[in-house]
Amino acid sequence: MENEGTVWLPPANSTIAEDVDGLFYWILDTSIIIFAIVILLMAVFTWRYRRRGKDTLTPAKDHNNFLEALWTIIPTGLIMVAFFWGFSGYMKMRVMPLEGTEIKVTGQKWFWSYQYEEGANLTNDFAVPVNKPVTLTMSSADVIHSFYVPNFRIKMDVLPNRYTKVWFEPTHEGVFDVFCTEYCGQAHSEMVGKVHVLSEENYAAWIDSVSRFGEDLPPAELGEILYVKKACVTCHSLDGSIVQGPSFLGAWERDIQLTDGTTAIMDENYLRESIINPRAKIHVGYQPVMPTYQGQLKDYELDGLIAFIKQVKQQTGQ
Amino acid sequence: MSMVMPKMNYLAEPKGLWSWIVTYDHKRIGLLYLAAITLFFAIAGFLAILIRTELLYPGQDIMDANTYNQVFTLHGAIMIFLFIIPSIPAALGNFVLPLMIGAKDVAFPKLNLASWYIYVFGSIFAIYSILASAVDTGWTFYTPYSTTTGTAVISMTLGAFILGFSSIFTGINFIVTVHKMRAPGMTWYKLPLMIWALYATALIQVMATPVLAITLLLLVLERWLGVGIFDPALGGDPVLYQHFFWFYSHPAVYIMILPALGIISELIATFSHKKIFGYKFIAYSSLAIAFTSFLVWAHHMFTSGQSELAAMIFSFITFFVGVPTGIKIFNWLLTMYKAQIDLRTPMVYALSFIFLFTIGGLTGIFLGALSVDIHLHDTYFIVAHFHYVMMGGTVIAFLGGLHFWWPKMFGKLYNETAGRIGAAIIFVGFNMTFLPQFVLGSQGMPRRYWTYVDAYQPLHAFSSYGSFILGLGFILVFVYLMHSLIWGRQAPKNIWGSLTMEWETTSPPHPHNFEEDKVLQHGPYDYDKVLIDRDEALTDYGYDTTTGEPGEHRESVAKE
Repeated sequence: MENEGTVWLPPANSTIAEDVDGLFYWILDTSIIIFAIVILLMAVFTWRYRRRGKDTLTPAKDHNNFLEALWTIIPTGLIMVAFFWGFSGYMKMRVMPLEGTEIKVTGQKWFWSYQYEEGANLTNDFAVPVNKPVTLTMSSADVIHSFYVPNFRIKMDVLPNRYTKVWFEPTHEGVFDVFCTEYCGQAHSEMVGKVHVLSEENYAAWIDSVSRFGEDLPPAELGEILYVKKACVTCHSLDGSIVQGPSFLGAWERDIQLTDGTTAIMDENYLRESIINPRAKIHVGYQPVMPTYQGQLKDYELDGLIAFIKQVKQQTGQ
Repeated sequence: MSMVMPKMNYLAEPKGLWSWIVTYDHKRIGLLYLAAITLFFAIAGFLAILIRTELLYPGQDIMDANTYNQVFTLHGAIMIFLFIIPSIPAALGNFVLPLMIGAKDVAFPKLNLASWYIYVFGSIFAIYSILASAVDTGWTFYTPYSTTTGTAVISMTLGAFILGFSSIFTGINFIVTVHKMRAPGMTWYKLPLMIWALYATALIQVMATPVLAITLLLLVLERWLGVGIFDPALGGDPVLYQHFFWFYSHPAVYIMILPALGIISELIATFSHKKIFGYKFIAYSSLAIAFTSFLVWAHHMFTSGQSELAAMIFSFITFFVGVPTGIKIFNWLLTMYKAQIDLRTPMVYALSFIFLFTIGGLTGIFLGALSVDIHLHDTYFIVAHFHYVMMGGTVIAFLGGLHFWWPKMFGKLYNETAGRIGAAIIFVGFNMTFLPQFVLGSQGMPRRYWTYVDAYQPLHAFSSYGSFILGLGFILVFVYLMHSLIWGRQAPKNIWGSLTMEWETTSPPHPHNFEEDKVLQHGPYDYDKVLIDRDEALTDYGYDTTTGEPGEHRESVAKE
């Protein structure tokens, strides 16, 4: 595939770009031919049939059904080509691939954040592997934004209260602009990010390095960060107040009643299971509403959270 | 024969400022509209120059991002709601519609005056609400940005609705006038094509505007009663607002362009001095465009997350707007075949229109094609496309119509050479401004950006310089037209030798339009049967009767 940009279009760096560009140039060429015919006829007639003297009667040639049919049918045929070609290209964009990298994207005034399955959480700049499909699941934290990468020929609005998806498969390594294309206020024009397309090896090394965040921190300290970052804070208080779930205050090694009539102790294994598979054991008095963190936390992160919860007990148990 | 201003004319009688303020005369109301829209065009045009100046270089040139966002909002809102929508129907249409069908006035003269006052009130209300709450949403007022940032979306929608009511009044007036007040003998197929276009426009105005009222009501319910409709925080759907907005605003686009197509039909026929080609096809294509305009609104929303099925259907219907539009262009061209083309200023505008509007129409094909639209949506390609249609189309046709009917409106002739130069400057400036924006857009430059990445700078600068030339062109036009009002020579009845009925009365017309009751004598385009003897009038005004070109001023010769 041609990878140089042209006067009209930036370089084509995704698998769907070739099809989009093909249609773009087909419409452009057809339009130039039609435009040339119109302007040529206009110029020739204006010159050839210019007024040459006194007003005289002009013989009428005021209709010709064959011509009318001709310039109805030919344009109709041409636009049907554009319609079907455009629709088939669009469906390629809209049918999500079954495999590949999945990234959760959040747009908010005025930056993009990217949450990887591996745990990395990045702002504005993110990376993807070359020649692998990438699916973005996007939502907005405030107003409508729109995620646009000109080099990939993809664009999708990012809405509050709803997920939209877009996918692409980069075909070249490099760094490409990400623009917000739905007006979102003061810094709309500065809501610009970069997508880094890396080779498979570089991507593996990169995702490993950004994902190992916190490995060298003391576990309890890491747990305290994750408690906020992973949004435990929304449902589990530290001061004994009941929100959606049990407070962490004094939770450590407490005996609890479960909804199936048995009892359990809030120890390492109980906490680990409750984070990975929260519906397995339900504390009496609470609804089974906690989402699973399966795949979102590494072992050392789980250790950190457990260490943190233990600490909440220690601080208050004196 | 020496030309003097007819004593009994609508400009002179009745006298006094009060007589203008309470006038029921459609011609005076047309002029009131003309004055108002000229003012708003000047304001919004000046804002456009500010926008282009800011975009000369990335980063801050003359204003900060907040100011810029307010400036482009004002530019868009004023141009769309206060200028383009009323420009041709309410200003030129009001003046010419009764004259062209041989009526003494519109059907409801008081309603006509009321529409102007509602328009003025709505304009002041809209501008006030933008300025008072520093609205920076763009003219589209998308939720939830517009509802969550303390901007006055309710009062802005109310402003648009008040202005819409003014449109409805004009629309009802035109529909009834065309149905009931045509001169005897003027059957539907003897109507000038301008009337068909205004009629189709009036139908859209009456049917589309109520949707604004529904939107307004829903916004009020949400804001005051907390019913979640558009606001996601209340469980509403912000995309629903886009549906409502475009359900009105897309037909509104055709309110803007259809009357322009009508003017061009008049100009091409008159200055080709030939029977228009494919009359019925042009007439029915106006109705076809009006009908289709209601069924394409969601093509503004291909990236909004609407269903793929909806996108497919709206893309399919959208393409069919292109067919009747193409039919008009080819019929105009065939009218010029074996004609006698008189390249006067209005005709220069008509040719300029065909050039620019064809580009505007063809670039619409890119945007109707789904996969290409995904790339081009909300970029400068869209900005260039709608300026080619709205400005290269509607504004150029408006100027053509203004130059065409100016001698009838004011009984004065403007300087022909200045007119052609003005048209040429506007043509060049316009293309310099907006052609580069197609390329900027296809290269990925998003719209509504206060700053941009460096790669786009050269084309931005070129576009800005073009806009300065464009601005000079408009100033020139304004200056020589004003000059003509005072120093221009008296216009004859029928300076262009046109066969439509408005040219059968004096220039400027009698307060009751015609001194006698009109009966249709010939069709509007019977240039194969009827010849207007205008040689005397032309000679009197320095036109060479053998070439038809403006020549030496031979007034003294003509007077013996």
